[in-house]
Amino acid sequence: MAATIPVMPAPGVRDDDDVAISRNVTIKRFRKHKLALIGAVVIVLIVLAAVFAPLLHLQDPNAIDNVHWNGTPLAPGQFGHILGIDENGRDLLSRLVYGAQISLTVAVFAVVMELAIGIFIGAISGYYGGWVDFWLMRLTDVFLSIPLLPLLLMLTAIVAASSNKAALNFSVIVAIIGGLSWPATARLVRASFLQLREREFTEAARAIGNRDGRIIFRHLLPNAVAPIIVQGTLEVANVIILESTLSFLGFGIQPPTASWGNMLANAQANLTLAPWAAIFPGLAIFVTVLSINYLGDGLRDALDPNMK
Amino acid sequence: MQNIPLLLLISILLYYILSQAPGGPLAPYLQNPHITPADIERLKHNFGLDQPLPIRYARWLGHILTGDLGYSNSNSETVVQAILERMPATFELMGASFVLSLIVGVAAGIFSAIRPYTPFDYIVTSFAFFGQSMPVFWFALMMQLAFAVYGFTGFGVHVALPSASICYTDECPLWDRLEHLVLPTITLSLLYIAQWSRFMRSSMLEVVKTDYMRTARAKGLASTLVVMKHGFRNALIPLVTIIALSLPGIFAGAIVTETIFAWPGMGRLFFNALGQQDFSLLMGYLMFVSFLVVFFNLLADVVYAWLDPRVKYS
Repeated sequence: MAATIPVMPAPGVRDDDDVAISRNVTIKRFRKHKLALIGAVVIVLIVLAAVFAPLLHLQDPNAIDNVHWNGTPLAPGQFGHILGIDENGRDLLSRLVYGAQISLTVAVFAVVMELAIGIFIGAISGYYGGWVDFWLMRLTDVFLSIPLLPLLLMLTAIVAASSNKAALNFSVIVAIIGGLSWPATARLVRASFLQLREREFTEAARAIGNRDGRIIFRHLLPNAVAPIIVQGTLEVANVIILESTLSFLGFGIQPPTASWGNMLANAQANLTLAPWAAIFPGLAIFVTVLSINYLGDGLRDALDPNMK
Repeated sequence: MQNIPLLLLISILLYYILSQAPGGPLAPYLQNPHITPADIERLKHNFGLDQPLPIRYARWLGHILTGDLGYSNSNSETVVQAILERMPATFELMGASFVLSLIVGVAAGIFSAIRPYTPFDYIVTSFAFFGQSMPVFWFALMMQLAFAVYGFTGFGVHVALPSASICYTDECPLWDRLEHLVLPTITLSLLYIAQWSRFMRSSMLEVVKTDYMRTARAKGLASTLVVMKHGFRNALIPLVTIIALSLPGIFAGAIVTETIFAWPGMGRLFFNALGQQDFSLLMGYLMFVSFLVVFFNLLADVVYAWLDPRVKYS
């Protein structure tokens, strides 16, 4: 990659046309990827359902249906509960939709945080090189060598022990996941920057006296944005799984707030009694994550066909 | 040799995190009404807990180097004992998963690469996406539901697999032990079958394009021979790195798998310690697992250089 000669627009030619053409090519390539399109549609539908949940005339996700609930979960399709009632007498469909709000917002906020940290560290590391690069990369090595899930679990356990489990709220979960899952992004951004800083436009930007900060964020970063978009998309999928695993194990989003993970927390105990209560929340995670992974794959093909 | 400093940095980070745990190692005593604040102070002084953090870290490091990871309150034994007791069960599960993932993943990847864009290839690539998108804990529950709760009924028999635990006494026949291994192994392997088959496919597609493959075919070798002797071996080399990179994830997956299948390994030990707030065990587990990860990454580098003579390490 380092050996490729950058294609520069000829002097005097406005490069707006080039941009327009490449954008069309990108869209065309994306539209060829049928599964990515389907994935995008599914994600839009799930996001719409989560955003407009209050308009869907669902029951309160935390309300207990005392009329029909007799202490055991109810099968789908009875008494207006399309997906049935969970072991605590709450409507499963409504918890699923409100759970989507939590699971998706945790994922998006955590990924924004992780991208911010990863881009910052990767950019500094790749642009300056030398001992700054050396130490920042050793730091990423440290985080890549410690298995992420146990580390997250230990941190959440420390937070829970400091006050109580209710302290594990939305922002704590976002901060812990976002604060620890940035190393992959940092490495990716560093790799792009190592190439970009050798390019002529960087030299030109430096020659006319731009400050480092401006070169990094205005000249180099826009050129490294394609892999970051792909990485960010795939990370949303990873974080959804991570958060649901934490919540399933009891160290993520705490009940009664519904998240797709904690809806499954009691599923194993009730597996023979209420298999549907185990099936639907997991299916929601699986379909969402699968759609995002296909979308990410399509974006990768569209934005940067050389990347694989 | 960057591995020793790397392990030191890991231990500093983990020690710092651990030092943030409330109450510290004396937490169990704080709840005891018979122990006065003066006793706590004396204990703190005796254990050196009133020293500044760097000094405590240095002492702790000294203990680690002599193989002392502290005392696990929830298990009433030392952390090293607790981990070593559970290690065989975890390695049995991880070993079985590793073999299964390697065989299925590599075979599926190779065959889909030598016949690209055929129905088989589409099945393999779709399966890779499905496997990568599957939350391990939900897959575990679905496996239990399908094979342990419902089982297989037909031909006049009902077959169901055990959903939990492991049998370690001598009375247990080998068959029984294997039976208990089936569902957890498949659960833990799914993600790696998916990832490794996807990786093998693209690695093999690269190799098929190379000049030496064309030469081998041009000189008239049978195409299976070309694929197996020339292609397969070269496509396999980069997988070593991917396997080493998968290791932290396999330990994470083992925590979930062991918890759901009541498997008496290190993962479940870790999870139980979470609820008991047994921080010295959590710490010991993370340190031990990180050490294994660093060690296997080093091993992967060595193996890589041995397999591929083009790679030279200075």
